[in-house]
Amino acid sequence: MSETQNETSGANAARYALELQGISKSFGLVRANRDINLKIETGTIHGIIGENGAGKSTLMNILFGMHRADSGKMFVDGQKTKIRTSADAIAHGIGMVHQHFMLVNRFSVLENVMLGSEGGSLLKQGKQATIARLQELGETYGMVVDPHALISDLNVGMRQRVEILKALKGGARILILDEPTGVLTPQETEQLFEILRVLRADGVTVLLITHKLAEIMEITDNVSIMRAGKMVGHRATADTSPQELAELMVGRKVLLNVDKDAPQTNDVLLDVQGLGAMSSRGHRILDDVSFHVKGGEILGIAGVSGNGQTPLMEILTGMRIPDRGHVEILGETISHDAPKTPKQLREIGVGHIPEDRHVHGLVLDFEAQENMILGYHDGALSGDGRLMDRAGIRTHCETQMEKYDVRPRDPLLPAANFSGGNQQKIVIAREMYSHPKVLIVGQPTRGVDVGAIEFIHKQLIALRDAGCAIVVVSVELDEVMGLSDRIMVMNDGKNIGIVDADKTDTNMLGLMMAGIEQEAVA
Amino acid sequence: MNVTPPLPKWADLVLLPLINLFAAFFVCGLIVLAIGENPFTALNVMIKGAFFYPESLGYTLYYTTNFIFTGLAVATAFHALMFNIGGEGQAYLGGLGAAVVALLFGPNLPMLIVLPLCILSSAAFGALWALIPGYLQAKRGSHIVITTIMFNFLASSLMVWLLAGPLMQQGQQSPQTVLFAESAQLPQMREVLGYFGFELANSPWNLSFFIALIALVVFYILIWKTRLGYEIRAVGKNQEAARYAGINVAKIIIIAMAISGAFAGLMATNEVLGVHNRVILNFTAGYGFTGIAVALMGRNHPIGIFLASLLFGALYQGGAELDFEFTSITREMVVLIQGMIILFSGALAYMFNPSLARLIARISAPKETTDG
Repeated sequence: MSETQNETSGANAARYALELQGISKSFGLVRANRDINLKIETGTIHGIIGENGAGKSTLMNILFGMHRADSGKMFVDGQKTKIRTSADAIAHGIGMVHQHFMLVNRFSVLENVMLGSEGGSLLKQGKQATIARLQELGETYGMVVDPHALISDLNVGMRQRVEILKALKGGARILILDEPTGVLTPQETEQLFEILRVLRADGVTVLLITHKLAEIMEITDNVSIMRAGKMVGHRATADTSPQELAELMVGRKVLLNVDKDAPQTNDVLLDVQGLGAMSSRGHRILDDVSFHVKGGEILGIAGVSGNGQTPLMEILTGMRIPDRGHVEILGETISHDAPKTPKQLREIGVGHIPEDRHVHGLVLDFEAQENMILGYHDGALSGDGRLMDRAGIRTHCETQMEKYDVRPRDPLLPAANFSGGNQQKIVIAREMYSHPKVLIVGQPTRGVDVGAIEFIHKQLIALRDAGCAIVVVSVELDEVMGLSDRIMVMNDGKNIGIVDADKTDTNMLGLMMAGIEQEAVA
Repeated sequence: MNVTPPLPKWADLVLLPLINLFAAFFVCGLIVLAIGENPFTALNVMIKGAFFYPESLGYTLYYTTNFIFTGLAVATAFHALMFNIGGEGQAYLGGLGAAVVALLFGPNLPMLIVLPLCILSSAAFGALWALIPGYLQAKRGSHIVITTIMFNFLASSLMVWLLAGPLMQQGQQSPQTVLFAESAQLPQMREVLGYFGFELANSPWNLSFFIALIALVVFYILIWKTRLGYEIRAVGKNQEAARYAGINVAKIIIIAMAISGAFAGLMATNEVLGVHNRVILNFTAGYGFTGIAVALMGRNHPIGIFLASLLFGALYQGGAELDFEFTSITREMVVLIQGMIILFSGALAYMFNPSLARLIARISAPKETTDG
């Protein structure tokens, strides 16, 4: 090993748990990472922040051996290291908790943690060893989990804990967390941070990838900022501000808070009474939900995802039939006996920006211009002849792309080839074009970069000020609080309460999201 | 998890299929070599046999006609993400559709009325035979692959019963209908071109070739120019987004299957109206299944389907010649070549994709490394 010894990076090698020098990675003509230099001090929490598509995930995948860098060097604990597979990474003490959990839902905690290191063809011995190790880890880090519980019975926070335990059990001393808080309540996030602090105290190095500025400020020691595949800055967290970080991420000044006037409301355009729905397996997923929205106001719906927001949106847009209750929307009734199709609702002026643009909002293989008329392809947008007016569709798309600043401005490019923010802009441009009177919005800025978030929020506020009744469902609490005039909190398919946005705070909403009813103020 | 760079469009559409084709022929060449014949001589015989003997081009185009119809059938359904394996049965029923009209009206009505009716009827029967599995898929969730395969068997049994029973020509032993009246016989290309002064050798090439060309154009307009085509593609590419867009997914699946069946049914215009002038047992002879390979190779696009049909037509005809010329090579060699082509351009279609993409990326990659 004399060769690797010669290649260690200077005298203060042990100071850095991880060091990258000149890492570059291209996919064809796309250069996802360019000449990345990064030093991560041992025993610190280091944040990596950047917009979507900035190259964070690529960099982490290189660290974890899922991609191989085209050039550059990597040092783990001062030793020059080549990581070719994730097994290599684990062997070097690097563990990763993915954004989407890699757990087998029908397996127990124990079975999941053992996965990949069963230890021989008979499970018994490995099981006992794993249980002992889990207990030890649980005591050290305050992460107690019942090893025999089924993953499917655990809540999201606990599942994430299992993921962390899985990484630590493999001997990880460097833990990479990819957008870990996206699915957590504020309280769960706080618990996660508590665990991370304990890990840090024990000398574990944590790499936290996120796009949430507040979290960076709260938990990290140092932060590195990426933009367009490059590292654009390293800061000690204590010496920086959210404003500076946002500017570094986007490359220009950005407005972090939503800027809006008091609402000018008029008639009730959407009135929901006692709405209920069952899942296909017979679970009640929406339970006696009532609320109303007036023209000119935004009702935000807060809640951990999977607490009834999706079926509610589906009913309001004609994609699901309720089993109880009814909706009065722009003079029409939706109920079990009088269902409406998405087409009928669109025709009376209900716009729908779906929660998941990849599943519902876009046909990814379609050209941008074909997506720009999706749902409106029967109407005047596609021309008035028997055949579709491709030239007209294209002109329309070009105009909309200009107006909503979709980049690149190429109507013929398949939707899949746009970045998340630009895909969302296509959906928003389409749904705004028809001047909806009621707009149902799900996760307006999921996977969208900071610059585009500001733009999308402005568009929604402008539509509100034009008299549209808007319902916004979002798992980003900051977003719900910033955009909404009133906030409804959902838990387990029920309406826990509706509060005025300026008379509440994260703590109160967090408790409501956990199902604890608060005294409603509106 | 290795992400390959995207292939430029021209390479994806032209270069990759050619490489796949070359690979298929290369493997076949090795096999011919192993048999003890010279692969280049064999290739030469095949090409001559398919295109250069007096009657060979006519035969090639006659086969091509069948493949265009069945290829279009598979492609139409596939745009709605329906895998229609039932082209064989739908074409068979198309033959029945043509026969019903030809036998009923042929003796009494002029050609200008009977022939169009026969053509429409063959399309309608094919459409109906595909519509039922389409309905079962859309409304009942019965998998289209299973139902269309079963409908092939149903079609086969039904036709055996009809051809050996109610429709059987009296006074002979073959399971076939009587010869159609002349008003229900599609003119031969030799006659038509002869009228304009072109001399053609004898071949089964008939006017249905033009119907096939028209079908290609109709298919193109339908899929890429109409709202129905837009909805079919939307359903095929993302059923959930189609539902979100207010498209009646079940209706579109049924319609797409019906159109698919209509194209398959039209194959009868070639075999029944143009060649045999009667319905004979098993006239579909596997063309319906080969249509899957044609659509696959033609990337569900009319130009691709035409070229793939021509290739398979040439293989059928040239392969027959191969059998004729070499004692050691039998007609099964054609099946082998077909199999190789399907293997390389269907199942392994993207085998060369990563290396080709890397090669192209390396050649065209920007050299600068120090900007910004």
